[in-house]
Amino acid sequence: MTAQAERANSTPGRAGAPGPGDLAPPSQMSPRRKKAGLAWLGLLPFFGFAFLFMLLPASSIVIGSFQTESGAFTFDNLIHLLKPSILDSYLVTIKVSATTAVLGGVLGFLIAYAISLGGLPKGLRSFMSTFSGVASNFAGVPLAFAFIATLGRVGLITVLLRTFLGIELYDTGFNLYSFWGLTLTYTYFQIPLMILIILPALDGMKKEWREASENLGATSFQYWTRVGIPVLLPSFLAAFILLFGNAFGAYATAYALTGGLINLVPILIGAQVKGNVLHDPNLGYALAFGMVLVMTASILAYSWLQKISSRWVK
Amino acid sequence: MKQRKGLSWLWFALGMVYFFLPLAATFLFSLRGKRDVLSFVAYKNVFVDPIFLRTFSFSLEMAILTVVAGLALIVPTAIWIHLKVPKAKPVIEIFTLLPFVIPPIILAFGLIRTYSRPPLALVSSPALLVAGYVIVAFPYIYRSVDAGLRAMDLRGLSEAAQSLGAGWIHLLFLVVLPNLRAALLSATFLTLAIVIGELTLANLLAWPAFGPYMALMGRNRAYEPAALAVMSFGLTWGAIGLIQALTRSGRDKSAGLGTGAR
Repeated sequence: MTAQAERANSTPGRAGAPGPGDLAPPSQMSPRRKKAGLAWLGLLPFFGFAFLFMLLPASSIVIGSFQTESGAFTFDNLIHLLKPSILDSYLVTIKVSATTAVLGGVLGFLIAYAISLGGLPKGLRSFMSTFSGVASNFAGVPLAFAFIATLGRVGLITVLLRTFLGIELYDTGFNLYSFWGLTLTYTYFQIPLMILIILPALDGMKKEWREASENLGATSFQYWTRVGIPVLLPSFLAAFILLFGNAFGAYATAYALTGGLINLVPILIGAQVKGNVLHDPNLGYALAFGMVLVMTASILAYSWLQKISSRWVK
Repeated sequence: MKQRKGLSWLWFALGMVYFFLPLAATFLFSLRGKRDVLSFVAYKNVFVDPIFLRTFSFSLEMAILTVVAGLALIVPTAIWIHLKVPKAKPVIEIFTLLPFVIPPIILAFGLIRTYSRPPLALVSSPALLVAGYVIVAFPYIYRSVDAGLRAMDLRGLSEAAQSLGAGWIHLLFLVVLPNLRAALLSATFLTLAIVIGELTLANLLAWPAFGPYMALMGRNRAYEPAALAVMSFGLTWGAIGLIQALTRSGRDKSAGLGTGAR
């Protein structure tokens, strides 16, 4: 399975074509294998489309990050990534992504636990999972607007705090348009995403396990350290990574919230593409390439952890 | 046990506050368009703005084209994989993860670089925008259709249909698609919800779409953006609510997974 997947990945243009084993002259091929080879041809439209509009553009970014303006080979763009301002933008993006993944991951987990194993009425569970479907899709521009109306300079909470408690939120160092504001806003879609991802894993926790350990005299603490956490940890980490990548690639929310005035990697890439700043497309490619690397590492770690956790969650 | 239940309520309540406080605040904020009274004037301002109508209908059009193109491409592929090449399942599963590795910002960048010069100068054609949207929506459409196909006995149905003399066309339109109705509608609504307010691709490919219009409103106005946010939440709620109602009877995991950040 892996070999096949790799083949499709490395030579995507031919993914629909028969594999190397099927390349023998037709006379040597059993009719059955020939049929299977032909069946792969039926996937050609889809893989052709994916090649043209996903893999080709992505690889052009990777190639571009190793090219000069005139197309010659260079490492300069990648070296430019080490410039303090660029490095700083990666650090900020990683900080925002990690913080929102932790906040969203922990809160989402606790809520998912409450509605699945926590003994709450059944109706709350279906309400919460429906709502999570909505809230995790409520991202981008409207989400930014909602937080401006809530925590912006004249937002509802800001005004309420001032009127009733005499607290000037913006004197405390809080600013919706910088790190914590962005983090709180992202957490809004991270929590429901976590709920949706982790619920199946929590459903896989069998009641019998807890009963069995209680019968054997285990305390609640022992149950969690010996059974609960070892079983859930891979799913939890996988979900965390997904949340991290989800925040790392987010552009629309940050753009609408800050007007593109925050030093985040996606915002910088957008500015390079639109030519709003000192236009250096090859630096843009390198920025994008760095992002693809981070995302690829995330998804590989995610798949690996998923494989481990699938032992328990069927 | 009792303590555990109390904690559960606490987490649930905390989640509710986090989710509903911004919504309530946005709604109240959107009613303040007129000084000292609550009114719907911000909503009225949105609707009478001709640019609102123009950008919204443009995005709706793109969304419908995306649904048509996406379903036409992905549904036959999913059926073919289930019936003829189950070996391809792991390959296409990997492809459903790829849009995550290549987020819209990277996709837009790559599309511009690849298609802005001959022989494939597509960058000023809406077809490129729709193609990008199909890629963005592909994981959701595929997962939804895949769940629908898993839930029915595709092999049994197709053998029964073919032994009764049905050809491929009959099999597809009279047997498989009717059984996939809920999955197809889920995929449709989810795609509409994703594409109509989409900002990244529309912005970078420079289309006068609804997402960039909303972002522009956010810079120039105070209360109208809140009204837009309330309406857009209503639309998303409507779309997802419909999906949930449709899939409730079947498997509930098929369409729920969110799109997350954009």
